[in-house]
Amino acid sequence: MNAFVAIVRRDLLLAARRKSEVLTALFFFMIVVSLFPLGIGPETAMLRRIAPGVLWVAALLAAMLSLNRLFATDHQDGTLEQMALSPTPLAVLVSGKVLAHWLTSGLPLVLLAPVLGLQFDLSARALGVLMISLLLGTPILSLIGAIGAALTLGVRGGGVLLSLLVLPLYIPALIFGAGAVEADVAGLGAGGHLSLLGALLALGVFFAPWAATAALRIALD
Amino acid sequence: MINWFKFASPASFYPLAGKLWPWFAALATAFCAAGLWISFFVAPTDFQQGEGYRIIFIHVPASWMSMFIYCVMAFWAAIGITFNTRLSGMMSAALAPTGALFAFLSLWTGALWGKPMWGAWWVWDARLTSELILFFLYLGYIALTSAIDDPRRADKAGAIVALVGVVNVPIIYFSVKWWNTLHQGASVSLTKAPSMATTMLWGMLLMALAFWMYSIAMSLYRVRAIILEREHHAGWVAELPEMQR
Repeated sequence: MNAFVAIVRRDLLLAARRKSEVLTALFFFMIVVSLFPLGIGPETAMLRRIAPGVLWVAALLAAMLSLNRLFATDHQDGTLEQMALSPTPLAVLVSGKVLAHWLTSGLPLVLLAPVLGLQFDLSARALGVLMISLLLGTPILSLIGAIGAALTLGVRGGGVLLSLLVLPLYIPALIFGAGAVEADVAGLGAGGHLSLLGALLALGVFFAPWAATAALRIALD
Repeated sequence: MINWFKFASPASFYPLAGKLWPWFAALATAFCAAGLWISFFVAPTDFQQGEGYRIIFIHVPASWMSMFIYCVMAFWAAIGITFNTRLSGMMSAALAPTGALFAFLSLWTGALWGKPMWGAWWVWDARLTSELILFFLYLGYIALTSAIDDPRRADKAGAIVALVGVVNVPIIYFSVKWWNTLHQGASVSLTKAPSMATTMLWGMLLMALAFWMYSIAMSLYRVRAIILEREHHAGWVAELPEMQR
């Protein structure tokens, strides 16, 4: 547990020292979301309808941006090998890295989403549901993304490959995340979608670090 | 009792695959000829869909095989990870292109069928969407394994992708299905007329068998090529009669 906390603190500290990387992903999220009204037109009725999907797709893409660095820098300077050799199970350390990744790339999106949602004329209630769905969903993106990042570690053209591998696996999170907001707007209640999102998160927390660890061991062979 | 582990070695599997694949290819040809004959000349014209329905004789077996081959790939991946056998990874790699081909064929024929029947090349139906995602999963597997130079590492990384994918396939399928019902999509259904004529069913089963045999023949043929490529430095490869020429 100490090692877990230490890894989270270390990664957060590293992120704080290299603020630009975190901020780039955030600005990317904001720009992508702002492009849609420009491309589609400013009718508020239309914007309200597409808002959950647009915000969620932008969140998927922004999460992809920062995934490359999840293990790459540690792999380059040899830290990752020391982690694999340490007495603490690698899966624990990987979980710590994933949590730190979510805190630096997922959580800011959750906090920023209501502001962007306002541009799309979402009601306060819908904004709340959107935040909850992102809060439950973005950790899934970090968890599944960790598997892809571990698999493409040190592979030629890793970045593009990572998106090809990971984006199809993000589809359930996208469907339930954006669906929660839509269901709430339609008056159906978002409970079912949020529960399913929570179930995905529980599955991911349990299995993804394990799969990512197996992938890392292959990459370190 | 056959010692299965004997054939886990590429050196002993190579000649076995060489003996087997022509038989499966011959079976595939025979089943395909019978299936096509039934589907074009014996099966009656559907009174609702006319002659256009005959595309399901290709479409349905192709969809079945695309899903089945993914499961077989994941099976070999699991075997490869558990027993650390080299051949399992080669089998997965040999199956992937055939599976991707069938997924593509299923989407393509589905579009051709959809245009006259539904008036649209594509609808966001749950099955179509999940077949498309399955196609993407195949592409991801192929892209990852071909991007890694070391074949052993490629096999292992591919095995993890296949296993993660096979866990996700049902989740993706149900999420797409519920998404589709929530959206009340285009009110078309893929469910066929409840009573399918027996001859139609026979045609479809024969075509499914043909595709199955074709997949086995092709993957055995392809695994032979992969074995030769990876083991070209080995002594037994140099002694093969086809290498003497």
